[in-house]
Amino acid sequence: MKRQPLLHPGLNLGSTDEYSHDVSEPIIFGFWVFLMADLVLFAILFATYASMSVQGQAGGPTPIDVFDLPSAFIETMLLLTSSITFGLASLALKYKADSLHLVFWLVLTFCLGAGFIGMELRDFWVMIEQGAVPQRSGFLSSFFLLVATHGIHVTAGLFWMLVLFLQLRVFGRTTEVKLRLMRLALFWHMLDIVWVCIFTFVYLFGVAQ
Amino acid sequence: MTDETYTQDFRSYCIGGLLALILTALAFGLVVFEVLPNFERLIAISVLAVAQIIVHFRYFLHISWHSHRDDLQLVLFTSLILFLMVGGTIWILFNLHEQMM
Amino acid sequence: MTAESSFSLLGILTAQDISFVHTFEHPGMSEFIDASAGGVMVMGGIIVIALLTYYRGWHALWCDWLTSVDHKKVGIMYVVVAFVMLARAIIEGVLMRYQQSIAVNDPGILSPDHFGQLFSTHGSIMIFFVAMPFVTGMMNYIMPQQIGARDVSFPLLNAISLWLTAAGAALVMISLVVGKFSTGGWTAYPPYTGIEFSPGEGVDYWIWSISLASIGSTLTGLNFATTIYKNRAPGMTLFRMPLFCWTSLCTSVLMIFAMAPLTIATLMLALDRYAGFHFFTNDLGGNMMNYANLFWLFGHPEVYILILPAFGVFSEVISTFSGKTIYGYKSLVIATMSIAVLSFTVWLHHFFTMGQGANVNAIFGIATMLIGVPTGVKVYDWLLTMVRGRIRLTTAMLFSVMFLVTFVIGGLTGVVLANPPVDFAVHNSLFLVAHFHNMVIPGVLFGMIAGYQFWFPKAFGFRLAERWGKVSFWCWSFGFYLTFMPLYVLGLMGAMRRTVEWFRPEYLGWLQVSFVGALLLFSGFLFLCVQLVVSIRQRDQRRVPAGDPWDGRSLEWSNSSPPPEYNFAVIPDVTGQDAFTRIKQQGQAYASPIAYEDIVVPKNSIVAPVIGIAAIMFGFALVWHIWWLVVFSFVCMWGAVIARSFVTETERVIPASKVRADNEAWLQQVRECATTPREQENTSVNVGRAEVLT
Repeated sequence: MKRQPLLHPGLNLGSTDEYSHDVSEPIIFGFWVFLMADLVLFAILFATYASMSVQGQAGGPTPIDVFDLPSAFIETMLLLTSSITFGLASLALKYKADSLHLVFWLVLTFCLGAGFIGMELRDFWVMIEQGAVPQRSGFLSSFFLLVATHGIHVTAGLFWMLVLFLQLRVFGRTTEVKLRLMRLALFWHMLDIVWVCIFTFVYLFGVAQ
Repeated sequence: MTDETYTQDFRSYCIGGLLALILTALAFGLVVFEVLPNFERLIAISVLAVAQIIVHFRYFLHISWHSHRDDLQLVLFTSLILFLMVGGTIWILFNLHEQMM
Repeated sequence: MTAESSFSLLGILTAQDISFVHTFEHPGMSEFIDASAGGVMVMGGIIVIALLTYYRGWHALWCDWLTSVDHKKVGIMYVVVAFVMLARAIIEGVLMRYQQSIAVNDPGILSPDHFGQLFSTHGSIMIFFVAMPFVTGMMNYIMPQQIGARDVSFPLLNAISLWLTAAGAALVMISLVVGKFSTGGWTAYPPYTGIEFSPGEGVDYWIWSISLASIGSTLTGLNFATTIYKNRAPGMTLFRMPLFCWTSLCTSVLMIFAMAPLTIATLMLALDRYAGFHFFTNDLGGNMMNYANLFWLFGHPEVYILILPAFGVFSEVISTFSGKTIYGYKSLVIATMSIAVLSFTVWLHHFFTMGQGANVNAIFGIATMLIGVPTGVKVYDWLLTMVRGRIRLTTAMLFSVMFLVTFVIGGLTGVVLANPPVDFAVHNSLFLVAHFHNMVIPGVLFGMIAGYQFWFPKAFGFRLAERWGKVSFWCWSFGFYLTFMPLYVLGLMGAMRRTVEWFRPEYLGWLQVSFVGALLLFSGFLFLCVQLVVSIRQRDQRRVPAGDPWDGRSLEWSNSSPPPEYNFAVIPDVTGQDAFTRIKQQGQAYASPIAYEDIVVPKNSIVAPVIGIAAIMFGFALVWHIWWLVVFSFVCMWGAVIARSFVTETERVIPASKVRADNEAWLQQVRECATTPREQENTSVNVGRAEVLT
């Protein structure tokens, strides 16, 4: 069977909902453009971190002093799993007629995401108690800004999910709600991509030095 | 017809998830078990990260050569901008640091 | 930051921060000027409110304009913001020229602190609140019509962008009366702008007004790019688009990618100032050189964001008033794209002197020289468009010709500056100031004025008075040369920028000439205002309802003046470049469409003004540490977005019968109009129907 042409990034609704598929192209593309701008934002934060983690330690805590690798590993697993569960939610959105599977996978995603944020907050708290506060050095300032920006994005995604739960109840699986879920999916996957860079270039690089 | 594409889409997430898990485990493993000398280790985990990013793009975001041309153009252009901005910044700041030492 | 501020209703704001109170308590010439400026602004606001009330215009203002999401209205409002802010910034420029012309071995009339605020507001306003809104407004109005679309892809987002920009402008205006502005220049380099050396509220005003505007611009870039990619009329392939749309596309791409580094740089500066972080501090691992790096990663593409739309305007104006297709369309497209890409490779030339090694400087210097090449290609294309054309020297065309000459001079000085060793001698001197004004004034400003003169009849249904336009043109042109050519000389004589007092008497003559030039520039602006007032009063003499006063070549000239809300009764089918000229030459202009359909248009929305007003409160609250208001306004902004997402009735339908009635009535009117030969386009014979020349 010939694949339908992909109109936009992410899972395309295709023939499962022809109307929504037809109108989706500019809307999803616009969001895709926004994600690209967001990527540039993170890239600048990474570039700043790259120099400050090496040159800005100011005799204070070094990465190896403050990074909790097991915690970072668990957070990685949580976020990666949440990306997979969101993928399954996207599949449910596309192929299932009712919202039961969709809501199930989304709730699971939400819990995993909230778990990720909880662990990250705990990590920050531990660091702060040790005196590794952002005000201590340039390295710590850039670390906190980079990781917290990612965390704030994930938190925003969680709030967005809550609003969409409400909208699924109030409106059902309308075109608007579907397109919002699809955009949230792109957002969520993009945040996992950024996290891959964070655990690699911040945590692993930091500990491996 | 719907069943066939469901299988394809489902497989996409499964393969992507599995590959991502493996790449993540490898990267952490390299560091935790201190495999490879330092510099090579950093290169290796960087390559693993790039590979995982590609996996995410291909299997989760469904960006491939079949994608809409506009979307591909945007990804490629963004990559160029990221390379210029990140590469340029790191080059400039490290050069400045050298000059000051 | 004191502990009391958290609990105080007004943060750290006190009565002494009001400029009138401050002047009363510390009278002096500089303070008096400051209070007068604030007074004029407040009076201006009161007059506007009084006039609106007297003419019962509030309802129309709210329903037809402030809540509108129509790209044409949004575009006009952007240009209005630009004009208002231009008035302030140009006066600031004149004031600085005056100070410098008398302050040789003399303190002059402005205190150093006041002067510091002036050059900071002058630059910040001109870039972010004059040039950006002007180009954004121009693209907003024209681009969707030129691609045969009914609106941009995200109309509400478009209105939100406008309101965020207006909010930033409002914050800068508020800083005239409440508190002080930054004295760190439009670039706001730390550590001077860090909390240690600028403990007051000034830099915070800068940070939040710029941040709001930059978010607005990112969203605009996103909107325009999506519109051009996805919203074009059938048959309007990318290579059939007018050049103005190509420059809009490339500008949008620049906006999307370039604003992020600025957002980050200002956020980092804010974290340093508010929370004691160490991004740019002198101690504890801060690296203030990264600020320059990040700022100019934004700053260089920014100047191309400003100039590319102007290049687009010139392409349209020159081809229309030469009566010819633009020469070298493909080369112009490729040049535009090259400029867009290369603009991300040259940013270091703004800080050659910061301390990098010679190799780094050399590479960026070479890249900087390279970027002059595509612009050169464009200049030749414009010149070749004029060769063997039937040139009509309207006001817009005059500005274009003056641009060609003057901008090239500025470009040449740019190539001079691109040499790192030369730059070491003249960096931050008046030579540099002359160079960038030599780019921005003939480039951006003349381009926008030309576009304004060119498209005003389309937007408002009547032409502008040519005579006043030409008077204004000569004032702007002579004014520019008289003001800035002496600055090149002064720069080579060692005069530095941002200087409040001089000690070399040989500067005096040049500075005085420069001041006279500044007065001419200001009169150029005044004559534009006169032109507008006169044209409005005499509008019946210059009405052009048929919509095509200049024998235009692109689709925006094919509808009425002013255009209907939905731009086109029937979306046109495009078969080639210069789409409207093609239609006219095939004798198919103003033919009745075969069939009409219902047209769906977005409804007005209060979301954009709500977000805008909340944004002003948000910025103000952050400046004055009024934390409860920060939280409240933040919740309002996002609350409006979330609440809006629950609204399902966001569009309304204009029935086909109404579209038919309006369109047929207009077509009937056009068919009864006599065509105007080109020589008479400046007379009342011109009712907007051009004579078609094969």
